[in-house]
Amino acid sequence: MINIFLENWKTLLDGFWITILSSIVGLVGSLVLGTIFALLEMAPNKFLKFIGSAFVEFFRNIPLLVITLFFYVVVAADFHISGFWSGTIGLILYTSAFIAECIRGGVDSVDPGQMEGARANGLTYTQAMVQVVLPQGFKLAIPSLGNQFINLVKNSSILSFVAGFDLMYQANVISGENLDPFNTYIIVGIMYLIITVSVSKCMSIIESKVNGGATE
Amino acid sequence: MSGAFSLINMHYLLGGLVVTIVVSVISILISFVLGTLIGIILFEKVPYFTKTVRFISNTIRNLPLLLLIFFTFFALPKLGVELNAFAATVVAMSVFEASMVGEIIRGGLLSVGADQAEGALSTGMNKVQTLWHILLPQALKKSIPPLISQFISLVKDTSLATAIVLPELTFRSQVIYGQNPNYMIPMFITIAIMYFIINYGLSLLAKWFDKRMV
Repeated sequence: MINIFLENWKTLLDGFWITILSSIVGLVGSLVLGTIFALLEMAPNKFLKFIGSAFVEFFRNIPLLVITLFFYVVVAADFHISGFWSGTIGLILYTSAFIAECIRGGVDSVDPGQMEGARANGLTYTQAMVQVVLPQGFKLAIPSLGNQFINLVKNSSILSFVAGFDLMYQANVISGENLDPFNTYIIVGIMYLIITVSVSKCMSIIESKVNGGATE
Repeated sequence: MSGAFSLINMHYLLGGLVVTIVVSVISILISFVLGTLIGIILFEKVPYFTKTVRFISNTIRNLPLLLLIFFTFFALPKLGVELNAFAATVVAMSVFEASMVGEIIRGGLLSVGADQAEGALSTGMNKVQTLWHILLPQALKKSIPPLISQFISLVKDTSLATAIVLPELTFRSQVIYGQNPNYMIPMFITIAIMYFIINYGLSLLAKWFDKRMV
């Protein structure tokens, strides 16, 4: 098993790097987009609310593969985006719907008195939402956001469908060459575990830090 | 009718929808039973056994499902287990989702509360009776909404079986738009609607349960 790693370490590390890169880009992108969706969903304006919910419900209920293939097959034909980007854009859109739900859940559990108090102090709805309620909701959403980040890393394997040269893609290339899928997939599995387990460890550290900072 | 929505194409596509649904239903049933078992084992803390099960289920939960599908299809034959695409998908999905369901059920059991167990034990029920008659029914009831969202993920994830050429919905749509690039957009819209109807329906069901519970 170790032979496979020694013979292919360069390819494997390339894939490892692409998986991490796609996950980081996906994380930042979906966090931003997810927050926007969540704010739209909670907006007092009916029209904005509808747009927000429509986006979230649409991307939450169709497979990531369908979104990704759409970008790779249809959009890439006109705009020439690479496999990496069609995969990562698909990942961002898909994950942002879930992140929007997490953030909305967090904001929902913030005491309504916070909003009322902020409004009573003369803040506009947007100011009160962005400066007072959202930061608190974010804190409450951290555990469920952590789960979404782990899902994001695992879902980045979708890049292998669209020639994204990620870890899963390289695993298929290597196992196609050495005809030893058993050991190749085990090595790749360990590499995925390195990422996902460290993400979950980081999230629990952040969680305890945030909770430790609050007065109990 | 001709073009993307010709009778032959639609018949072929609906066949894919049936495959998707059959794979989903079988995987849901297996992963529910297996996952409940895992959840009970994680909750009950059997010496050594629980630790082993926790290690295995945490490992599986932290791997991409796609990797598990490839593994069952391409690597298990090395161990003498030859599965066709359908069986490999069902096995991979059931194992992966069971470890997810196990975690949900464990959470449900934990949220029932120790006083329920103590009360049942003090009325003379043994441990198995307490679990079966008191804890599990309440835990399952609380777990319904998260279980349904997990099963929505499962339905969506059946599309990954395209990678091992299982003729399900996504794969068949690829075959159809492979004939003619003009069919691409109609096909994507059609399968998106099909997946959406199934999953949105399931999510409405979850919301309905959620409301009734409160």
